[in-house]
Amino acid sequence: MQHFRSSIGLLLGTCLAFGSGMAAADDLVISNWDGYMAPEALDSFTEATGNDAELVLHGTNEEIMGKLIASNGRGYDVVFVSSPFAEVLQNMGLAEQLDHERLPNLANLYPEATELAHDPGNQYSVPYTWGTTGLCYRSDLVDGQPDSWQDLLNPSDELQGKTTMLATDRWLLGAGFLAKGYSVNETDPDKLADVRNLLIEAKESLLAYDDTTFYAKLVSGEAELVHAWDGWCNYGIAENADIEYVIPREGSDLWVDTMVILKGSENKEAAYEFVNYVLDADNHRWASENILYKVPNQAAMEALDPALIEQFPNLGMTPDEMMAFEQLRNVGDAQRAYSRVVSEIKAAN
Amino acid sequence: MTDRKPVYLMTPALAWLTAFMVVPCLLILALAFFRRGIYGGIVYEFTLSNIALVFDPLYARIFLKSAGIAGLAATIAVVIGYAAAYAIASMPRKRQPILLFFAVLPFWSNYLVRTYAWIVLLNREGLIVSLARAVGFDGDLPQMLYTETAVVIGLVYNYLPFVILACYAPLSRLNPEIHEASRDLGASEWTTFRRVTLPMTVPGIATGFVFVFVLSIGNFVTPALLGGGQFQMIGNLIYDQFLTANDWPFGAALSMFLIAIMMGLLTLQTFASEKASGQQRAEVSDD
Repeated sequence: MQHFRSSIGLLLGTCLAFGSGMAAADDLVISNWDGYMAPEALDSFTEATGNDAELVLHGTNEEIMGKLIASNGRGYDVVFVSSPFAEVLQNMGLAEQLDHERLPNLANLYPEATELAHDPGNQYSVPYTWGTTGLCYRSDLVDGQPDSWQDLLNPSDELQGKTTMLATDRWLLGAGFLAKGYSVNETDPDKLADVRNLLIEAKESLLAYDDTTFYAKLVSGEAELVHAWDGWCNYGIAENADIEYVIPREGSDLWVDTMVILKGSENKEAAYEFVNYVLDADNHRWASENILYKVPNQAAMEALDPALIEQFPNLGMTPDEMMAFEQLRNVGDAQRAYSRVVSEIKAAN
Repeated sequence: MTDRKPVYLMTPALAWLTAFMVVPCLLILALAFFRRGIYGGIVYEFTLSNIALVFDPLYARIFLKSAGIAGLAATIAVVIGYAAAYAIASMPRKRQPILLFFAVLPFWSNYLVRTYAWIVLLNREGLIVSLARAVGFDGDLPQMLYTETAVVIGLVYNYLPFVILACYAPLSRLNPEIHEASRDLGASEWTTFRRVTLPMTVPGIATGFVFVFVLSIGNFVTPALLGGGQFQMIGNLIYDQFLTANDWPFGAALSMFLIAIMMGLLTLQTFASEKASGQQRAEVSDD
């Protein structure tokens, strides 16, 4: 049995290793979403520190988690993941306990960004971007100003078939939890059933579930009100100034994408240097200016061009305002119940 | 004599299939009997719970729904494809290759691109609606994109060439003298088709149907793109287990069932065409 186990692990590991295009062992290996950092970042990092680095891409948190779990955290040095997944890496003992002395640029972070609920004191994760989830809409087509999750879940007659919701389980359920006044990390079965019923009803008026092109649907006019992350709503605003973002009065979640150094890293020195390099005010500002996300870096945000904030008002949200919202947390075994509820919603008709 | 057959020529193909088809399938089979860890991953403890979960009403319903959509797509594709193949086979011999070439031409482009084209055509601000407006129609058109209809359209469109090819093969091999004999004996064109042509081309129809059905039931791209994520087919459910829920054991159990269904159908189809061609030989010799 023991032999069988290890051979399955080995085979799976091998498949994943081939699949992810693993780099030579002495290069720093970073896994990130496509386009989530400056294209020249790695070259300038190499130039600045003399460390060779290779970028591997993942499409979703779950994808990189699958690889890390199968390889037991080997093969990667630094990964970019959303905070609930950083928590999982910590719980599994795969995350490096950060030595702050090697990260002097942590001083650039807002004080709030060092007190995040999932990791107070940045013991194992460093926030890279943060923001909210709300409603993104065409102010020229929607009557009045939407201000409630009910505007999305139970839309007016004119908006029937012109709304989209995020498809990823945590945010899809999040809209229902917030509309009901529950915690975004609720695991009580009765409350989950409540939210399931609410979201099945909401499906009737929905155009589509959409995680990636909802802003394009707004621009084309195919959709008029969509469930959106603030940073992505900005991509719509960039193409059509009539698009606006609003946080419903029932609230939002606070989402945080983080950098985690793997405990199994064989290039820890370079990994620390990389994280510190990203936290540099100028480097970190790139994310805000180019991918239009808020970064938790005070020095970077203060240097942001005010014209940019005028064009994309949600970039001007203060850390204080964001901290009012509850962060998505890892829910452990309840994740299976979440997956099931999402299947029930998507299979309903 | 037998030992001189170059069996060794099969070695590369067999090695390839074993390494990249048989072994991964066995791994998936093994995975289905383990537990999922709290954070995903695999706990190596034997369990039958994943198999049992496949029969849970929720997931069984998704299986049935997928079979329904795949069955509908396969039926429509066979009707359209058979008619097209019949027309092509009735053309002068010289023109048939060029017509077949046009039927297969869409395969030269990427599946995703072809599916996206339907989004461009069907969406609310899309080509079809714009055309309708341009010719003066100003009423409300029903929402076409992101519906079950759109998913079926996408599946039929993408797999139609398979059916045309599968039906064309037996149609083109039909001996025209049989057709003439039937007419000479007084059968109408329709009776000839119903009693002679159709029965002799059943194997092609069965092959086309099973191809479209098998490719459709496991498809996850078309429901995701044209169904707007609102229709969960079994392929999407499996995709979600591996890539969202990180529940590989359950995803593996679902995959095994899907593979079993496909293998069952392909076996039936092989059996049916063997039988049909045997029958034909028998009938021909009877006459």
